[in-house]
Amino acid sequence: MPLDVEFSCGAGDVLAVFGPSGAGKTTILRSIAGLYRPAAASVRSGAQVWADTASGAFVPPHERGVGLVFQEYALFPHLTALGNVMTALGHRPRPERRARARELLALVHLAEHASRRPHELSGGERQRVALARALARDPAVLLLDEPFAAVDRSVRRRLQDEIDAVRRTLDAPLVLVTHDFDDVLRLATHVLLLEHGRQVALGPIAALTGRPDLSWLREAVGLGSVFQAVVSGGGAGGRGLAELAFDGGVLVASNPGVAAGTAVRVRIPAREVILAARVPEGLSLHNVLPGTVSAVHPDPAFDHVMVQVAVGGTPLLAEVTRDAVDRLGIIEGAPIHALVKSVSIDVQPASAGSSMPLPSGS
Amino acid sequence: MDWTALGVSLRLGIGTLLVLVPFGVWFGRLLATREFRGKLLVEALVTVPLVLPPTVLGFYLLVTFGARSPLGQAFQSLVGQSLPFSFEGLLLASAIANVPFVVQPIQRSFEAIPTDVRDAAACCGLTPWQRFLRIETPLAWPGIVTGAILTFAHTLGEFGVILMVGGNLPGETRTLSIAIYDRMQAFDDRSAGVMAATLLAVSVATLMGATVLTRGVGRGRG
Repeated sequence: MPLDVEFSCGAGDVLAVFGPSGAGKTTILRSIAGLYRPAAASVRSGAQVWADTASGAFVPPHERGVGLVFQEYALFPHLTALGNVMTALGHRPRPERRARARELLALVHLAEHASRRPHELSGGERQRVALARALARDPAVLLLDEPFAAVDRSVRRRLQDEIDAVRRTLDAPLVLVTHDFDDVLRLATHVLLLEHGRQVALGPIAALTGRPDLSWLREAVGLGSVFQAVVSGGGAGGRGLAELAFDGGVLVASNPGVAAGTAVRVRIPAREVILAARVPEGLSLHNVLPGTVSAVHPDPAFDHVMVQVAVGGTPLLAEVTRDAVDRLGIIEGAPIHALVKSVSIDVQPASAGSSMPLPSGS
Repeated sequence: MDWTALGVSLRLGIGTLLVLVPFGVWFGRLLATREFRGKLLVEALVTVPLVLPPTVLGFYLLVTFGARSPLGQAFQSLVGQSLPFSFEGLLLASAIANVPFVVQPIQRSFEAIPTDVRDAAACCGLTPWQRFLRIETPLAWPGIVTGAILTFAHTLGEFGVILMVGGNLPGETRTLSIAIYDRMQAFDDRSAGVMAATLLAVSVATLMGATVLTRGVGRGRG
């Protein structure tokens, strides 16, 4: 299958390669690791050329510093957890290896299971061993192939947090392949959208999720706006709410349980945004945001229209019917109000190193 | 009880093992991990000794390595004796006859190793040789043991090929199974019976040993 992609990422970046199954995501990962040799490719890590079909250069996978966490973990069944991690420490002096392996297992909270074999561990535990083993390589890039596909939802959240925590200690980019947009939202700083092997879009996460023309995403993931905000107070806090200051105003959302001053990542699904020509009265809404229509993108497949509204410096995406667009006279440049329910706003603590601009003045 | 014949049988069995197990590991792994044109034909050729009547196999071996053939004459000028009717000739015949017994179980056990595990080993920084020694061989071990045991047991019991190629020379090519036939022809039921029972006991002990070896290693597989 022909692949047509081009990207680069640096330390601290989390690049999510997102697309439907069969789009070529795993092939990209395997090409970076050297497990797959594309007919035409150029893969570089820092100053090292790992693969360049033009010059014929190819560094085999065992000489690249990659840490790859496979979808099914691919642990060595005949070795213990400690043995699995130690296998990846060949580049360290022999006396150091055991201690370093224990250190890594402790990092993923598996210190007490060090002498268990893979078949004695649960799915989540095996994944953590696989992660420790990948980290043991001191990798130039950490690759994760659908890391949460084989675990159930309750374990998934904890593993996402675990990976996020590990990532902060890492001086290398993380490339994450997934077909679940939730992973993208929780972990990614950048997104590469893939469709049938073709790179459809690439950019920081805020830019992509605010793009109304990526309609194929919509049914799969629920398009919406993602941006940074700072918890400015529990002013409304006594009632379980919090105020979030962003570049364009203040949002009232359910209290995320973090202290004032914390940077958070806000996500508002486009379907939860109502547009109004006038400020309404008597509604339960806390958030009535004045703004200007910055883009209108009709989707020919549905009778829906994606309207991008600029609220201060933040683009907000709203999904409304074509009929509504006609009735309200929504055109580019028109003033409009965006209405958002507090319960529709998804708030998470922001990950360090994310490349989204913080609201000015925070 | 013909102790010399027992000695020849055991020497033949162990000799065949020493020749075939390294070959089986190399070739079985090759068949398990590579795709190439003509692979189907190669796999069929590997299986041929299983279905060919032993005397037919013996016949073709004689024709190929006999005193009148180029290969046989080359051997004669090198070593000073002919290949048929020598222990070396038996070894060669036994090795060829046992190829399917050693290659197939080993091939299957290498095939059973998930590709992901091999790839993971590469990503862990292991060179191809280290991968083979530390990851693949331990995982393929049950197949290797099975192949070795089957080869040894089959060699002990081999009759047709050995008679055709070896010719029943005492101390040289008279194995225990040939000796049993020999004694029966001479109406010596008692001797034949003792030797048959010995061969049976050795075979059973070999199979028990195989079970012990593979069970101990097989425990604890995820």
